[in-house]
Amino acid sequence: MADPIIISASPHVHSARTSKKVMYDVLYALIPAFLVSIYVFGISALILTSVAIISCIVFEYLIQKYLLKTEITITDGSALITGILLAFNLPTNLPIYMIIVGSLIAIGVAKLSFGGLGYNIFNPALVGRVFLLVCFPVQMTSWPTAIENNLSIDAITGETTLGIIKEGLMYGETMTTISERIPSSMELLLGLTSGSAGEMSALALLLGGIFLIVRKVITWHIPVTIIVTMAIMTGIFWLVNPELYASPIIHILSGGAILGAFYMATDLVTSPMTKKGMVIFAVGIAIITVVIRLFGAYPEGISFAILIMNAFVPLIDKYFKPRRFGNKIKSKII
Amino acid sequence: MLKTFPKGGIHPEENKITSSKAIKRIPVPKIVYVPIAQHIGIPSEIIVEKKDKVEIGQVIAKSGGFVSSNIHTPVAGTVTKLDMIVDSSGYKKQCIVIRTDQKNESNFEVPDFPLKKEITMDQKDILQHITDSGIVGLGGATFPSHVKLDLKNDNKVDCLIINGVECEPYLTADHRLMLEKAEEIIVGIQILMHALHINKAVIGIENNKKDAIAVLKEATRDDKRIKVAALKVKYPQGSEKQLIKAILKREVPKGGLPMDVGVIVHNVGTIYAIYQAVQYDQPLIERVVTVTGKNLENASNFWVKIGTPIKDLVAEVGGLPEGTRKIVNGGPMMGKAIKNTDVPVTKGTSGILVISEEEASRQESKNCIRCGQCVFVCPMGLEPHLLMNLSEKGLYERLSDEDVMTCIECGSCSYVCPSHRPLLDYIRFGKSIVKKLNTAKN
Ligand code: SF4
Ligand code: SF4
Repeated sequence: MADPIIISASPHVHSARTSKKVMYDVLYALIPAFLVSIYVFGISALILTSVAIISCIVFEYLIQKYLLKTEITITDGSALITGILLAFNLPTNLPIYMIIVGSLIAIGVAKLSFGGLGYNIFNPALVGRVFLLVCFPVQMTSWPTAIENNLSIDAITGETTLGIIKEGLMYGETMTTISERIPSSMELLLGLTSGSAGEMSALALLLGGIFLIVRKVITWHIPVTIIVTMAIMTGIFWLVNPELYASPIIHILSGGAILGAFYMATDLVTSPMTKKGMVIFAVGIAIITVVIRLFGAYPEGISFAILIMNAFVPLIDKYFKPRRFGNKIKSKII
Repeated sequence: MLKTFPKGGIHPEENKITSSKAIKRIPVPKIVYVPIAQHIGIPSEIIVEKKDKVEIGQVIAKSGGFVSSNIHTPVAGTVTKLDMIVDSSGYKKQCIVIRTDQKNESNFEVPDFPLKKEITMDQKDILQHITDSGIVGLGGATFPSHVKLDLKNDNKVDCLIINGVECEPYLTADHRLMLEKAEEIIVGIQILMHALHINKAVIGIENNKKDAIAVLKEATRDDKRIKVAALKVKYPQGSEKQLIKAILKREVPKGGLPMDVGVIVHNVGTIYAIYQAVQYDQPLIERVVTVTGKNLENASNFWVKIGTPIKDLVAEVGGLPEGTRKIVNGGPMMGKAIKNTDVPVTKGTSGILVISEEEASRQESKNCIRCGQCVFVCPMGLEPHLLMNLSEKGLYERLSDEDVMTCIECGSCSYVCPSHRPLLDYIRFGKSIVKKLNTAKN
């Protein structure tokens, strides 16, 4: 026989699924939201995303090659995704150097210093975003007005929906008067509003999210639990006093809730492994998000909530294990 | 809704390319190599010597203890050697080498056993026949069958499950046997029910074998005690624990046996062997083997004498195709890769799978991306990524605490891991160490 016979242990077949394919699925899922972002913000969205992607990949390369002297992993697609997700969480008019700083923090600090892909505890893109938010609060919270285009979007403001609500309520306004200044639910759904690059259109994000579930990259547990829990919590407040609290629909369609629930919280590396664990994790994110939004200083809050819950993932994985087959079962004989 | 086990499982490509191929006989091999360790437990003791003349079906190695089994010669001929031969485990094992007597007609008669429905033996005789005939689990586990049937008086076994699942991709030996020997299998089941005083039997078959389900339903129409359960196609449903859970919703406790939940499981092939042993006094000297692979010319199912070198089988299907890189004794999920085709067929050989270049090579292992796929698919509720990690680090105490010993080595975790981590390799290694440590402790 010309070729040597391979002796290896079973199994001798493998599903065609590879990490790379998983990463590409995530990439495809982000396309609709990216297109909406370009449609709304124009060239600036393109620049922002390109800068974030390129700097994430370049930093990963440089750090791995010269600092860590380890294997270069830029082709696995994960740095690319970190770049896109970071960009999606930033305002499109952010100065270029800040985007680069954010990428450095995301890749260098949040990912590689923990040991690289698979070892990081916190979602790299969110660490990058929160770092920028803390260091450059002004730039990070002034959003551009969407470009005028032939659809003549009218409900455009320089602030996010939740920002307007928070400010309004602080000055003693009621939801009735505030609601005249915020986009309608339909506009929120389509993304004709103001905010970070990728959080615009709930519809586009949902489309990609459903794709991810269909492709079995993520399961429904985290996103659905986050959204349902948020809806219930904000719903209770809203029913008690609709003049002081925004409706669940506004909460879910704005402030990056969908982006967070489907793309950030579901990051494979930084979320729990079991379905039970995922539900706990998601409930935690929803509660923290709502508390921050209603009672905290920030109008949004899902980024912080996810990072806080990221820290609990090792603990969740330890205590919410899958049920072992045959454990603590009395033999039942019929 | 089709029944299945609730937790985990995968659905690999079925590739049952030989399912419509009737079981054929291959020419009687010129030489047979019969290993004496073909079953789980104590190897048998050789009772023949070099140059001895043996008659077909004669005992050549007798059971070495309770958990052991007799071994019979599949051909009439002369013992030429007692030798050490590499078997499918990759190790050299003791083997009885017999040259077939070309003049002895008994070697070339095609056995013809008309259906015999009437059961005349009593319980004791039945069990004795099963013990004497060297019957072991033919699904691949090769556990001596009489051990499973040795029930204490206080046993509460109320259900016999017949495993016709054949969840391994490619393999069709059981499928064909069910189609071609349905009536015999039913009688075999009745024999066991009679011997064990059980009034309920369920044949579990996956729904990709609709013809077998139909044939067996037809064959059981007169015996209301025997049911046929169509199961959803899901690997590893053929595993005893998963099968019992799927059919009866009973869960074998950790470290326990099917008997603990009142069940005995036998493979359809074993049931047929029991029928032959009890009704016709035939020892286990041949079995059905699927010889298959995407590039084989004439992949098919065969009646093969135990001890036949695999190369004889390969010759029968048109030889090894160009670019063969792996030969597997068994199915692609749990079978063992063998070095060459000199390895003989044993009682546990359900198939020979020939794998080509594209399918054979493993990809490089990457970092775990914590995707949780291995956890989702593990039918035993384990965390394979964690077990691999602990095994790698040598943390055997914790490995044991994480129930590594309950792993059934189904390979679902390795199959699904997108980072191509060799999870089961490490888990197996960890298990072997934990086992050693446990024995040392006691
Ligand atoms: S850990 Fe064992 S039982 Fe679980 S999937 Fe892997 S091989 Fe199968
Ligand atoms: S399937 Fe592989 S990559 Fe996914 S969690 Fe398990 S070991 Fe890690």
